[in-house]
Amino acid sequence: MAYKTIVEDNIDILVAGAGLGGTGAAFEARYWGQNKKIVVAEKANIDRSGAVAQGLYAINCYMGTRFGENNPEDHVRYARIDLMGMVREDLLFDMARHVDSAVHQFEEWGMPIMRDLEKGSYLREGRWQIMIHGESYKPLVAEAAKNSADKVYNRVCVTHLLMDEAKENRVAGAVGFNVRTGNYHVFKSKAVVCGAGGASNIFKPRSVGEGAGRVWYAPWSSGSAYALMINAGAKMTQMENRIVLARFKDGYGPVGAYFLHLKTYTQNAYGEEYESKWFPALQKMVGKEYLDPELSHATHRPIPTCLRNHAIINEVNAGRGPIHMVTMHSFQDPHLEEIGWHNFLGMTVGQAVLWAATDVDPKNENPELTTSEPYVMGSHATGCGAWCSGPEDISPPEYQWGYNRMMTVEGLFGAGDAVGGTPHAFSSGSFTEGRIAAKAACKYIDDGKAEGIRVSDATIAKLGEEVFKPMEHYKVHRNEIVAGDVNPNYHNPRQFLDRLQKLMDEYCGGVTVNYMTNDKLLSIGLKKLKIMEEDLEKIAAKDLHELLRAWEVKHRHRTSECVMQHTLFRKETRWPGYYYRGDVLKLDDENWHVLTVSRRDPKTGQYTMEKAPLYHLVDVDKPAAAAE
Amino acid sequence: MPTFVYMTRCDGCGHCVDICPSDIMHIDTTYRRAYNIEPNMCWECYSCVKACPQNAIDVRGYADFAPLGHSVRVDRDEEKGVIAWRIKFRNGEKDLNLLAPITTKPWGKFIPHLKDVPAPSSEQRNSQLLYNEPKYIRMDDGGLHTLESNGLTLQKGVQY
Repeated sequence: MAYKTIVEDNIDILVAGAGLGGTGAAFEARYWGQNKKIVVAEKANIDRSGAVAQGLYAINCYMGTRFGENNPEDHVRYARIDLMGMVREDLLFDMARHVDSAVHQFEEWGMPIMRDLEKGSYLREGRWQIMIHGESYKPLVAEAAKNSADKVYNRVCVTHLLMDEAKENRVAGAVGFNVRTGNYHVFKSKAVVCGAGGASNIFKPRSVGEGAGRVWYAPWSSGSAYALMINAGAKMTQMENRIVLARFKDGYGPVGAYFLHLKTYTQNAYGEEYESKWFPALQKMVGKEYLDPELSHATHRPIPTCLRNHAIINEVNAGRGPIHMVTMHSFQDPHLEEIGWHNFLGMTVGQAVLWAATDVDPKNENPELTTSEPYVMGSHATGCGAWCSGPEDISPPEYQWGYNRMMTVEGLFGAGDAVGGTPHAFSSGSFTEGRIAAKAACKYIDDGKAEGIRVSDATIAKLGEEVFKPMEHYKVHRNEIVAGDVNPNYHNPRQFLDRLQKLMDEYCGGVTVNYMTNDKLLSIGLKKLKIMEEDLEKIAAKDLHELLRAWEVKHRHRTSECVMQHTLFRKETRWPGYYYRGDVLKLDDENWHVLTVSRRDPKTGQYTMEKAPLYHLVDVDKPAAAAE
Repeated sequence: MPTFVYMTRCDGCGHCVDICPSDIMHIDTTYRRAYNIEPNMCWECYSCVKACPQNAIDVRGYADFAPLGHSVRVDRDEEKGVIAWRIKFRNGEKDLNLLAPITTKPWGKFIPHLKDVPAPSSEQRNSQLLYNEPKYIRMDDGGLHTLESNGLTLQKGVQY
């Protein structure tokens, strides 16, 4: 290897990936570990990395207990309803009871949070959302993380977690490479907080060519959170629960503020309300407990995100597309019009660009909506992630085996997309989870649980070879061809990404098949993914940038495999509108009111699937009654 | 809408290279100026546009769906704590100027250094509290919510 090996030894807490979860972890770790060595590894620049890189116009998870608005359990019930029951309520309650303290600190640090001038409370967009001028959200929390960390390694892409050789199933750090210098970085650490991201770009996007970057979730979200943890042998949960978003067409601009604050609504191409006509059949599919439009109307009980997608998908398939967002009424109010534009500029500038390019003035016409390709993540209206231990004062025995937010690998903690079963955390909740994980990680170390971790030089050398192999492979085979990218001995990262996206789309329920899959398709898909894994040994990177892309696509591949395994395991259609199992087009509470848990054996590559029980919050004084 | 760089404005300083979350702003070895090496991995996040001291970087909507002839420009000022946007439509009929705050306080001055704050007690360590809690949860003296305090229990099985 031509590059230097740089070993950072004796780290107490390594934060792998510094988005909102990672920055929360780095920040908080310093308080509980004032003498500890805290190091951050981030593949981009911490000031603008992760899903919040371009900013946010809302904080979507804020209880407002201070203003008497909501209690944590209210949010848990909301997330439960939205995810058709499949959530970790202990983790959600824990996140919700802490999240406000993060938001109040953000305000103190300088975050402009809008106020309701009459009430004095924060300006609400919806029951859980508050409105902010969050263009600098990420630089702000990055500053907090930088104040706490001993060192921040920007542009270091973590490729593998390091496993302890003294004790089975214990983490000992991570390795990766510097995207600029090409140096090989080894982090020996007593505990690791995985703050890496979920996955965009594993399903074929609707966009083609240049527009392929216009994905809903950031294109740099490469599923690294999942791949790192799966490869380390951590158990995963709810990985089948991918999300499909109903968004403004092509630009994927957010609709939350439009629905909730600007009071816009949707209609079909002929100006008709379309949702209600799909609900009777849908109710037969999922049961009245999950879809009850009358009750929802009377009590403002939300209709799950996936079920609203279902109505859009079916209306479009019936030939009455496109679906429009009716903005023309609201946008006559100049104040609301301004908010509508600010909303995009604060978090999805591309949508403003698209409307400027296509002369769409929402004051004069109602813009089109569409349903996106699926995404795999764990902090929006979906809960993919690792199977984590919960807080000791809340969690039932099946959910608790030690430290809060610790995975089934000792010393490995997570936050944000990494943690499974905790949807609707969003930015503030992810930051909060990072804080919770960091405190627990400090305790783990203080309790002496990380004593004697050992990583041999042989392991470091072996992983180093693996990290740079795509560049070696390129060098060896490049000169067999005259020029170009067609080579019988390798594919480049883009070619692999295209192959992965096509495969996931067609076999695992992407847009071109209307989100439909079945057991047969999934089994074929798994075989193809296995072959692709063999071929990924022959991925070629011509430079360091392509080496980054090579590792991203390897991480996306591992994530996809786990998604496919979980989708095959859950023999029901739990979330119509996210995906459909054509062979079992019904929600099945008798057999599948459970969380799905997988583990990939790092030695054999075999997956073991199991069901974990679901626990729901109920009021003590009426334990037998339905909670809502 | 991938980014592009105006030849006459870029001086090759590399701020965009340094900040791009997607690692796609690189310096061209012939011209010694920045350019977007991988437009189909550009999220139009404007991080590079905001970071460019020469205003040399702009955005042209994605070729697969955005017609030509539009403009969305930005000027972010940390000192003043504001960001200014200008949106121009293709047909020239709409020209919006929008201004928003990015911070309410002098940049970075009010973010604590937790190394310097009093260390937590062992009681705090063994509690469920995080830094600045319980105070910052409700900005009063109230404690942390628990299942007990809220009259709740976790029950296994099918509940709605």
